[in-house]
Amino acid sequence: MKAPPFAYAKPRSAAEAFELLQRPGAKVLAGGQSLIPSLNLRLSSPELLVDITGLEGLSDIKVQKGTVRIGALCTHAKLEKSEELRKHLPLVHEAVAHIAHPAIRNRGTIGGSLALADPNAELPACAVALDATLVLVSAKGERRVKAADFFKGLFETDLKPNELLVAAEFPVADKSVFLELARRQGDYAIVGLAGVARGGAKRIAFFGYGARPLLITPASLDAAKSALPAPAADLYNSAATKLHLAKVLLDRAWTTLS
Amino acid sequence: MDHAVLITLTVNGVPVTRSVAPRQHLVDFLREDLGLTGSHIGCEHGVCGACTLRVNGDIVRGCLMLAVQANGCRVDTIEGLSDSKELAKLQKAFHEKNALQCGFCTPGMLMAAQDLVLGTKKVTREEIRAHISGNYCRCTGYQAIVDAIDEVING
Repeated sequence: MKAPPFAYAKPRSAAEAFELLQRPGAKVLAGGQSLIPSLNLRLSSPELLVDITGLEGLSDIKVQKGTVRIGALCTHAKLEKSEELRKHLPLVHEAVAHIAHPAIRNRGTIGGSLALADPNAELPACAVALDATLVLVSAKGERRVKAADFFKGLFETDLKPNELLVAAEFPVADKSVFLELARRQGDYAIVGLAGVARGGAKRIAFFGYGARPLLITPASLDAAKSALPAPAADLYNSAATKLHLAKVLLDRAWTTLS
Repeated sequence: MDHAVLITLTVNGVPVTRSVAPRQHLVDFLREDLGLTGSHIGCEHGVCGACTLRVNGDIVRGCLMLAVQANGCRVDTIEGLSDSKELAKLQKAFHEKNALQCGFCTPGMLMAAQDLVLGTKKVTREEIRAHISGNYCRCTGYQAIVDAIDEVING
């Protein structure tokens, strides 16, 4: 249960970070709440960890017109405590309370969660439901990618090896609902959904369902239910159980979004 | 030592400078390099909470933070909070309510509980359970632990 050896660097500027990330076997370290367990379990063996928490200006929550921009280094705890977020982006505010436990939320970051793209994680589904734009920066400049295009598969994203996810921009919604079924508080979801309504149009993203967040944009509850493909079974729950539970969540979410 | 890094941090109010391997996590550093064995190592992948510490005033998983990441930080452990009597009320309540048996989870449980106590507002039993949800106890069944924390916070 001890991590393999690696080198460590904490750059003070983005330019320095990009240079370090060019090195072979370099990996970004932010809050480390998913990376360090994977190191301890030796599921991952980077040669160099580039700790980006020394970079300035990446942990702000900025409410702009119709959009909330959240810096990648913003911790789940900061999101949870943010009155601005509760008011303008309640979906994300509700979602973070489901992420692990207080001691983990104090260090885990939104950028880390989005960049890891765990299929059971809450924030990627929120990003897809809200139609967020992810801001990626490399030495060559900035690139903006829609959440639906960013999440490509199981732990797979559009992020290039020399790029940093620096922020996510979430358009606000008229109504939203966040529901998650888990065995215990803080466990990974068996299945969950992030739902958004804007001017009567609904966007619902499921997590814990397949390799990446599953987005549906149904016109009716029946259409929503029939739009659901067979989910991927996990170690404890069959595909049939997950499909049933997803429909239960849809029933609960629909009234809030209508 | 591979890729050793010199770090300086404050542990329980005492400035400490040591050379550490980047791969060493904070609890191993505290236990092996500083002899502070009150923070326990259970699962070492962030599940059990036995290693709960306070870093710059916030509770963290000591096994999910590298010692190098604590460079420049203020770290408080169960030893520090116990010696300063900050935990006295919780320790007394844990004792009186039989909120521990083997004691393995207790240091982490007290650190997590104190975090809630510092919030100073009244809390429900459900909120107490949610706050200690990341701390496993295999002896008590949690009821007595919730009783003890409830008494300290809500009287």
